[in-house]
Amino acid sequence: MDSATPAAAGGFEPRITAFVCNWCTYTGADLAGTSRLQMASNVRIIRLPCTGRIDPMFMIKAFERGADGVIVSGCHPADCHYNAGNYHARRRFAIFRELIQFLGIDTGRITFSWVSASEGAKWRDIVNDTVTRVRGLGPFTAYRKLVVDPATVPAAKVTSKEVPA
Amino acid sequence: MARIGVFVCHCGENIGRTVDCAKVAELCGQVPGVVHSVDYKYMCSDPGQQMVKAAIAEKGLTGVVVAACSPHMHEKTFRRATAGGGLNPFLCEMANVREHCSWIHEDRDAATVKAVDITKTIVEKVKRNVPLSTIRIPVTRRALVIGGGIAGIQAALDIADGGREVILVEKDPSIGGHMSQLSETFPTLDCSQCILTPRMVEVYQHPRIKLYSYSEVESVEGYIGNFKVKIRRKARSIDEDKCNGCGACTKTCPNKKIPSEFDCGLGKRTAIYVPFPQAVPNLPTIDRAKCLLFMNRAKGRPDTCKKCAEACSKEAIDFDQVDRFVTEDVGAIVVATGYQLYTIGKDQAKPNIKGYGEYGYGTIPDVIDGLQFERLASASGPTSGKIQRPSDGKEPKRIVFLQCIGSRDPQKGMDYCSKICCMYVAKHTMLYHHKVHDGQATVFYMDIRAAGKGYDEFSRRAIEEEGARYIRGRVSKMWRDGDVIKIQGFDTLAGEPIEMDADMVVLATAMRPQPGIDSLAQKLSVSYDQHGFINEAHPKLRPVETNTAGVYVAGACQAPRDIPDAVAMASATASKVLGLFANEMLEREPTVARVDESSCAGCFHCERVCAYGAVEHKEIKDRAGNVLRVIAYVNPGVCQGCGTCQATCPSKSVELAGFTDEQIWSEIQALGV
Repeated sequence: MDSATPAAAGGFEPRITAFVCNWCTYTGADLAGTSRLQMASNVRIIRLPCTGRIDPMFMIKAFERGADGVIVSGCHPADCHYNAGNYHARRRFAIFRELIQFLGIDTGRITFSWVSASEGAKWRDIVNDTVTRVRGLGPFTAYRKLVVDPATVPAAKVTSKEVPA
Repeated sequence: MARIGVFVCHCGENIGRTVDCAKVAELCGQVPGVVHSVDYKYMCSDPGQQMVKAAIAEKGLTGVVVAACSPHMHEKTFRRATAGGGLNPFLCEMANVREHCSWIHEDRDAATVKAVDITKTIVEKVKRNVPLSTIRIPVTRRALVIGGGIAGIQAALDIADGGREVILVEKDPSIGGHMSQLSETFPTLDCSQCILTPRMVEVYQHPRIKLYSYSEVESVEGYIGNFKVKIRRKARSIDEDKCNGCGACTKTCPNKKIPSEFDCGLGKRTAIYVPFPQAVPNLPTIDRAKCLLFMNRAKGRPDTCKKCAEACSKEAIDFDQVDRFVTEDVGAIVVATGYQLYTIGKDQAKPNIKGYGEYGYGTIPDVIDGLQFERLASASGPTSGKIQRPSDGKEPKRIVFLQCIGSRDPQKGMDYCSKICCMYVAKHTMLYHHKVHDGQATVFYMDIRAAGKGYDEFSRRAIEEEGARYIRGRVSKMWRDGDVIKIQGFDTLAGEPIEMDADMVVLATAMRPQPGIDSLAQKLSVSYDQHGFINEAHPKLRPVETNTAGVYVAGACQAPRDIPDAVAMASATASKVLGLFANEMLEREPTVARVDESSCAGCFHCERVCAYGAVEHKEIKDRAGNVLRVIAYVNPGVCQGCGTCQATCPSKSVELAGFTDEQIWSEIQALGV
């Protein structure tokens, strides 16, 4: 990895993975760019068609792969490009939220929000707030201890069904 | 083995200033599977696209990653270039290092690291992309236009003149919209009705336009080329086929004191009414909230007054009519629902809007809004074009106009500029001076924004030739003293407080989208901003398209617009619609879900979450024709590609092309430490 490790940089800089929908939040983040709104550079966006597409396992996988925080954001209720995907996402996360603590993850590491295509400034605020909050929580290391050194296990063909959670 | 090509764009200085593009290309070149990695000043230029095409052939690429702007910007460009190079276009993806990186960070090192991360995730995704082919679907070559104002009229006429059928839906009893209420229009002072009413008649008589007046869109299903629209035809209590528009019913109605919507409350109408003499269609409507018969029915009393029915020689009045529903198949939808004026009083629909109680609108009768002044100045208005005060009918000798009421005021109103007020106030002062020769018009303004052909000349003329007195500043308070309105304000150029007396005050209030625009937008799945204006797909390059394919936007429902703007937008939507209708078949993105038949257990959770009804039941039979299992099948023509089914499927048997689990897992993997 090329990014400076927290230790090397002196201070802790959290790594945030964002799962956003294509139509509202991704476009809102585009608008933040077009409007040149400056924000923290810790967030990496993964574009999905809709928040309805987001499997909660994606978030666990992100933490397992070293993310210190996760953002999930899509269209406001009633504004979903696909009519109802965000409602399914909302229900899914209402239940998932209960499980997060059980999985050893501080709920403060996860931000759920709605950002529309015209809310570039709101996206900036969510990015900055999340980075500040997760910076305060410190690095997420609980899952790193569980990661098996790949050198010790034979390489297997990874398919979507076999990817470990 | 994947052979990926990475192309890093400097976008002139846009990316290159904060991202070290050469370094990004160098580091991405070290990623396993990347066989070619270069940077270039303008990747989207012709030489840039040639680089992509050449590399595909020379290096035998199996995937293309362009690290440049947002996929919403240039994905199509580079997918075309990829296809031109002989590779399936869906093997090309954009890494957004401009909007999501270079434009939002100053720190060059951090931005470069981030750009590498972004590009790497897309490289990992593209390694797992598979060739896809576009889906061809039939197009219903009829259009729906929502809103019968000048924008909707223009769009409907242009599409119909282009040879396609149009369904025009208007919620009010007549088409014409706000333009029909205006007296004269800036900057030429031509009579609004004189230029509008011929168009209204043309709509009504056009063989390819079907007009549903007093109707509203109830629901919209489907997608570009194949919308199914349910329209509620509200009960106007008149049999439209029998009525000949003679108007005998309106003359006999005993309830004659209802404030007329068309005259903005300054005139009166009856309970059975035609909104204005040139209304199209020229059919009366019974306002059931004000009709004696219906008021009695609401209280459970017997029908008493039937004067209108008695006066009708055609037996066209139908007190038992109910709302009817029609369903129309259309291929494209134009939204042209227009605007309403900001309500000035204290009661506001939204908590963030405060109103302007200090101006006494609604309590001082001689404080009116701009649209009410239009009615006073209109020859067809309640005063036949004479400028008279609503309180006592006297001609006001001192009239004061206040600009930016609700506009450019984030504290109490809207933060945007309503665009038309500077011009129509200048017009109002002229109309006033033309009609009241010994009168004096005074205008309080913040700035004069007269950008447009002939606009600045027009506002200069109002001041320099016609004698309007312009004061830069705001009014803080107004109250009534006898029959005079006392005004207290501040002249910001002179730097001193100012007090004056007026006989009448006109408030130039902000333009807002129509009430109910949010629910309509939700029916159409188009996005809207915090004020309710419909979002265009791109502010510069796609100004009349929305993010929902097949839905277009024209006029003041998108932003404050004057008549020339609204007409230009309407014609632009018509050209878009006609372009769409030029082909019988339409090509669609192949981002659709597919079911793995071997593992689907037939639980149909996917069917329950699908918003489009795209999931069908498929029977798996043995050779003898016995049904072994029933499993899910996704109809690719109906699927819109949200992927909710995939996230819901317990056995992971549905996959969304372009966003498979494997692709997303690998993106997450690539971001790892």
